[in-house]
Amino acid sequence: MTKAEMQAEKIKEISGTDPYKCMKCGKCSASCPSFDEMDIKPHQFVSYVLNEDIEALANSKSLWKCLSCFACVERCPRDVKPGKIIDGARQLVVREKGGDYLKADEIPELLDEELPQQLLVSAFRRYRR
Amino acid sequence: MKYSYYPGCTLKNKAKDLDAYARASAEALGFELEEIEDWQCCGGVYPLGSDEIATKLSSVRALNAAKEKGQDLVTLCSACHHVIKRVNDDMKNVADIQFRANNYLKLDEPYTGETQVLHFLEVLRDRVGFDAIKEKVVKPFTGKKIGAYYGCLLLRPGKILEFDNPENPKIMEDFIRAIGGEPVIYPYRNECCGGYISLKEKELSKSMAGKIMDNAASFEADMLITACPLCLYNLNKSDAKTKLPVYYFTELLAEALGLKEEVQA
Repeated sequence: MTKAEMQAEKIKEISGTDPYKCMKCGKCSASCPSFDEMDIKPHQFVSYVLNEDIEALANSKSLWKCLSCFACVERCPRDVKPGKIIDGARQLVVREKGGDYLKADEIPELLDEELPQQLLVSAFRRYRR
Repeated sequence: MKYSYYPGCTLKNKAKDLDAYARASAEALGFELEEIEDWQCCGGVYPLGSDEIATKLSSVRALNAAKEKGQDLVTLCSACHHVIKRVNDDMKNVADIQFRANNYLKLDEPYTGETQVLHFLEVLRDRVGFDAIKEKVVKPFTGKKIGAYYGCLLLRPGKILEFDNPENPKIMEDFIRAIGGEPVIYPYRNECCGGYISLKEKELSKSMAGKIMDNAASFEADMLITACPLCLYNLNKSDAKTKLPVYYFTELLAEALGLKEEVQA
């Protein structure tokens, strides 16, 4: 197995979804509030996993633009759960040493008086291990 | 009626109001929120990876504490509700997670999803009843046009959250009617406010929350209500052209029940 094949398998395993079920209707991308910000769109994520182009996914901006709002998951007629596939790729990155998207040192300058604790714990959980 | 209660980290800090108004209102409506001892933070977001176990244990501990007391578990923060409800679904329906989580916890009796998780709004709707609340309202919001902001965490995925119709919910509108206000139904009420993205991508979440607020304003809402401290924060920071005030739904409930001054004192 090549590294890319193994990584694609890992994403399928972490996300627990079957990208082969995708019928490319595009409803996920149409529902996505971050669509304009994404370099690889939600429906394309599914194809990238199928094509085992994992390096492109790991380097994509989209990993950090997904809000985990589950609009795509809710509306997918084939239960492919694109949001979970994106998280699978994000986990692949943040579980690697040095893969953190958020460093503790960055926190002080991101804070303000009203910022809720919920925001810190949520970002920590999504952006790092 | 007594419920186990999971307040969560933010309700002890930046969102103390959300908690205080809820407790006072609960008492006036005849039920009690008994805080779980030694609860731990839910983590704010549900760990999506199907191989995640350790990140789910704090929720399981809370769920098991409620089970041991024979009580339903009530949540208030949308994020805590989302995480605990989904972990409970895992513990009930995903054999691998159930097995591994119980292996970690070594409880007297394995936890297998027995506890019923209710959001405070569900207690109002299903246990107290909106009609009963209506009868206890002393200061109705007559003539006030109120937009319910659901966001994503309470509604989706609909099959697990089972909170309301995820595309066309009405529980918060029914709540608004119960306190005498006029609900404003606007298309963006279940769009995401940007969530945790507002930590690092402040401009992006400002614009997302701005679209929601402008949309509510264009449907003539005077104010918005939410159950989520992060939604409240993001909406207040938005770049909306029309700035609407945003309140926790419990603040309006306490005000309608004539308890607001008492809580503030």
